[in-house]
Amino acid sequence: MAILVDENSKILIQGITGSYGGRHAKLSLDYGTQVVAGVTPGKGGQLFENRVPIFDTVSEAVRETGATVSTIFVPPPFAGDAILEAADAGVDLIVCITEGIPVVDMMRVKAVLKDYPHCRLIGPNCPGLVTPGRGEQSHGGCRIGIAPGYIHRRGGIGIVSRSGTLTYEAVWQVTNLGMGQSTCVGIGGDPINGTSHLDVLKLFNDDPETEAIIMIGEIGGTREEEAAAWAKEHCRKPIAGFIAGATAPPGRRMGHAGAIISGGQGTAEAKKAAMREAGIMVAETPAEIGATLVKAMNK
Amino acid sequence: MNIHEYQAKQLFDEYGVASPRGKVAETPEQARQAAEEIGSNLVIKAQIHAGGRGKGTFKSGFQGGVHLCSSPADVEAKATQMLGQTLITHQTGPEGKLVSKVMVAESVEIARELYFAIVMDRATERPVIMASTAGGMDIEEVAHDTPEKILREGVHPLNGFQPYQGRKLAAFLGLSGAQAAAAGKLFTNLYNLFLAKDCSLVEVNPLVVTKSGEVLALDAKFNFDDNALYRQKQVAAMRDITEEDPREVAASEYALNYIGLDGNIACLVNGAGLAMATMDIIKFSGGEPANFLDVGGGASKEQVTAAFKIILGDPNVKGILINIFGGIMDCNIIAEGVIAAVKEVGLSLPLVVRLEGNNVAMGKQTLAASGLNLVSADNLADAAAKIVKAIAA
Repeated sequence: MAILVDENSKILIQGITGSYGGRHAKLSLDYGTQVVAGVTPGKGGQLFENRVPIFDTVSEAVRETGATVSTIFVPPPFAGDAILEAADAGVDLIVCITEGIPVVDMMRVKAVLKDYPHCRLIGPNCPGLVTPGRGEQSHGGCRIGIAPGYIHRRGGIGIVSRSGTLTYEAVWQVTNLGMGQSTCVGIGGDPINGTSHLDVLKLFNDDPETEAIIMIGEIGGTREEEAAAWAKEHCRKPIAGFIAGATAPPGRRMGHAGAIISGGQGTAEAKKAAMREAGIMVAETPAEIGATLVKAMNK
Repeated sequence: MNIHEYQAKQLFDEYGVASPRGKVAETPEQARQAAEEIGSNLVIKAQIHAGGRGKGTFKSGFQGGVHLCSSPADVEAKATQMLGQTLITHQTGPEGKLVSKVMVAESVEIARELYFAIVMDRATERPVIMASTAGGMDIEEVAHDTPEKILREGVHPLNGFQPYQGRKLAAFLGLSGAQAAAAGKLFTNLYNLFLAKDCSLVEVNPLVVTKSGEVLALDAKFNFDDNALYRQKQVAAMRDITEEDPREVAASEYALNYIGLDGNIACLVNGAGLAMATMDIIKFSGGEPANFLDVGGGASKEQVTAAFKIILGDPNVKGILINIFGGIMDCNIIAEGVIAAVKEVGLSLPLVVRLEGNNVAMGKQTLAASGLNLVSADNLADAAAKIVKAIAA
């Protein structure tokens, strides 16, 4: 079953004609993803890669193609607006890849999205999500965003992470252990975002295909602690975790806008402690995430 | 991004946030002129991006980065002792900071010291005001010891700061009458400033009530949302690169994310989470990371070359670990960048390279064919162990 998306999901891409959006639209198509439309205001009527119709508006794209998911590859000054356009057009899921959106813009977007309770936002500043296919090198699945497709394999491990490349490490370790992933969700590195670890844990908990979960976090904020507290009471499946940033100095923004230890809060130590307290097995190094998952599953 | 006290005062003046009269000066002569304009009750303050100035000491032996002065001549004399000298405080580190500007201000007679801050709070996804009757102290200590002295007041993201909230905060702070009205106006104007300039934090500590009943922002610390600098030209122009680590300044010129640390194993990684995790595993394997460096997802060969050169320019670095998991990043671009950089600056340090992901086969091939003296690793644990071993050799 997987969560959020599968091989049947119809995807539109806002910003498909930009070089970044275009490159990843092509990689998604190569993976077998149903990219059915692109949206770039002013470029409606053109065709992407001679096969995907481009529209001026998300509304038109949804009406003409039945797309229910939008991926946003729009530059920071316009990305907040792009998110709200997609919500207004009635998509079920918005995945915003864009890094660099001002935090005030996201504050306002989140407040407005309360008017669209059936619409979920993932990101921004995220690598997207992948539900692997069942074909050669997991071809035939749904790849939204920028992850390399070939590292995945369809299976029973759900992965939720704030990171991009660190997530690929975990995915690759799982695949090399002979297991596979149900869905991999990158929630992104920004301090105000659409979907939290907790939101995704709940979805994995209710997904029949997901047998065990990997949760990857980093310094900053208290979302991992909230997720751990919920998991302790409610999660029926084993969880393994890793927190990046044990060696990060306080007060510095470590790349991700949300990766900052502030006023003593948001340290890696505090998160690891909260996770262990909740029965989550915590990997001490990023190289051991797969092995820690195996321990958690055998507990 | 941080700014100086005199720049914070410029922003305060622009937005009607009441603060003592003050002017910035770059020479003792300018300082004296500023003092003459201000009149009596003078104070001179060294301008650096760090707190604890009052109790700091200059490398020359001169004590204190903040001085009350008896006259413009006294101001000029103190300015001579400060300008061009290095001030060490408990927040600057032992190397201290060079003072190239001072602020000459009106010193006020303080009746009460309060605390007022606005922070963009990620938990509630809105600006949150923190007000405390314990001003002039470390707010984290207050939060720990006497949390009842702090009021946290959230501001609705769509509606903004309401006058009733100003009255509520004033009442909590024990202000009434004209002082409450002045405080309410200050809070409103500060909130408008906070939003208008895309701040992540504005901290006024202390917010003072003077003996003559004025409510003034005596000192302020600003942090700005780096993501918003593209639309904040005035704020961006306030950047003082002499206050920043020169390696980080060089990195930012190539749009690289670099943070210098104290260790001797440098790393070059794609992705912030993986870069943090790489620092962590270096430490776990017995080494000390020299830096955080994220080349990002779209790094060009030129950026990779620049990143490599910055690393090689750090005298503490005894070895380098390159860890790339290519999602958007093309492993062959990394390989070409490494080769180009090494050819430009030469390489005599141990280099361990771990590549995985997009176009990895070509990347590994390119490195192997280069003839460079480097060690290849297949996974993260192997890579960390190898670099720690290599620098110990």
